[in-house]
Amino acid sequence: MLKMHNTGPGKVFDVFNFIILGIIGIITVLPFVYIIAGSFATEAELTARSFFIWPETFTTTSYEYIFSTATFTRSLLVSIGITLVGTVICLFFTFSMAYPLSRKNLLGRNLIMNLVVFSMLFSGGMIPTYMVVKSLGLLDSYWALILPLAINPFNLIIVKTFFQNIPLELEESAKIDGCTEIGIFWRIMLPLSKPVLATFALFYAVAIWNDFFSALLYINDNTKWPVQVLLQQIIILSQASLSDAATNASNYVEPPEQSLKLAVVVVATLPILCVYPFLQKHFAKGMLLGSVKG
Amino acid sequence: MASVNTERSKIKTSSKTKFKTNLTNFQRLKRDKWLYVLLLPGVLYFLIFKYAPMWGIVIAFQNYSPFLGIAGSEWVGFSHFIDFFQNPDFFRLLRNTGILAMLDLIFFFPAPIILALMLNELRINMYKRTVQTMIYVPHFMSWVIIASITYIFFTTSGGAINELVSYFTGKEINFLSAPEWFRPLIMGQIIWKETGWGTVIFLAALASVDQEQYEAAIVDGAGRFRRLWHVTLPAVRSTIIVLLILRLGNFLDTGFQQIYLMSNSLNRDVADVFDTYVYFVGIQQGAFSYSTAVGLFKSIVGIILVLGANKLAKKVGQEGIF
Repeated sequence: MLKMHNTGPGKVFDVFNFIILGIIGIITVLPFVYIIAGSFATEAELTARSFFIWPETFTTTSYEYIFSTATFTRSLLVSIGITLVGTVICLFFTFSMAYPLSRKNLLGRNLIMNLVVFSMLFSGGMIPTYMVVKSLGLLDSYWALILPLAINPFNLIIVKTFFQNIPLELEESAKIDGCTEIGIFWRIMLPLSKPVLATFALFYAVAIWNDFFSALLYINDNTKWPVQVLLQQIIILSQASLSDAATNASNYVEPPEQSLKLAVVVVATLPILCVYPFLQKHFAKGMLLGSVKG
Repeated sequence: MASVNTERSKIKTSSKTKFKTNLTNFQRLKRDKWLYVLLLPGVLYFLIFKYAPMWGIVIAFQNYSPFLGIAGSEWVGFSHFIDFFQNPDFFRLLRNTGILAMLDLIFFFPAPIILALMLNELRINMYKRTVQTMIYVPHFMSWVIIASITYIFFTTSGGAINELVSYFTGKEINFLSAPEWFRPLIMGQIIWKETGWGTVIFLAALASVDQEQYEAAIVDGAGRFRRLWHVTLPAVRSTIIVLLILRLGNFLDTGFQQIYLMSNSLNRDVADVFDTYVYFVGIQQGAFSYSTAVGLFKSIVGIILVLGANKLAKKVGQEGIF
């Protein structure tokens, strides 16, 4: 109530603050708006107008083109596949490790926790990790894009903290009813942690979808590129072309170059944009759990 | 078997008493065997993907040959480290990494704090939430997408920013390959991508400030900025310190992906940092031992920085992270 009594300069500040924050918000999303608008515009409009948020003539030519190419659809499918499989694997590894570690009377718990924390401070580095992945025979395998990311230590600690806050009595009553430890984990703990599962499913999905580094290191075969690497090749290096030169040689039509690039960016971003509203709802909770000291 | 069963039944009926700790270690292992089964995939993950590479560090002290393996390769002691320190690249990398890290601390680190303080002053909740939703978005984009967007906007062939520049000045600037524009672009990207997300943790800290403190300050006649200085900032101080420690610990970890994506043959002189150097020399040129030595140097300096910053925080009366 007292906060309402504001003096003159306070009001000026409020108005100023209101406007500045609005501008910051708009600046943040403006590039995305342009990319989306531009991807639906004609090449002529993109050349004529340098910046717009709504195309004059609406066309889906770029999208039709990129989805007609094998290169793009293949890498999109690779990304979708590794994201779906990878998320399930990451969740399984993280939650199944976090649950035992949440039990204060587990023998060896401190040792394992120290190993986890140490791995956050010190790592073998890029080359030794590459050698391990290579010696496991994972080079040019989709597993190389999933397994090295299976547990994010930060996520592990947050999930562990979450399990610690579940009342112990729950487990004990389940045990009395004859439930095994794995049964408790599967039938009681996982259903109880649905919101947390959702949060981390989204975090892992975003991480795998966005991961460019692993593919750069471990995937040499360009037919196995996820969409992020293709994006880099097309836009930043201008090296890869979407056209399947061999098949299109006779009736090759030059695709609209600039709006094509924009459309590729939109499609590579789209899954995250779809996931975002769900993420928005859950991550506040996830972050809150994280701020509780483990 | 019978004794085990009675033991188990006792555990079942006991609640959080000290009783359980009377078990021998073997009994505890046996009691929790299914928990260890659950633990197994995770532990294997850490051993294979985190600890096995640590063993691989020994090749920094060898002339590693993939054909001979770690066991068969020749040991050369610290010669790769000495080579690296004598190489002119060393100072270039140190300078580039150091400058980016300093710019990061000066420009990027305070940005989320300031933005969170501004958001915290907003009274209209719906407006606040709308702004938050907008500024979180870039955090979820990959560096490839951010770099692509940068290329699309800053390119000299029709990029919107360059059209704007040439409209006002009559000539275009080659932002993407001019060495002097590399650092501003890197800073701009990280501020644009992560500032909004960085406010999450500060807003949580600000939300936990006791409202009575503000009321007391108002009664004492404190104006808006005095309240900010004497109530709000002390409340988020420990959060700031913790994040500063983490930041200092990552001093040399200038984001590999971001810099790799923004560097090219023309700006390499200012763009090369330890991580990208390890990649170019190690993976692309195959100098495994040498680049592992570079990576190890980086990791060790990094760990010293974290522990040092943490100790410093404790000395000035803060909690620290360990």
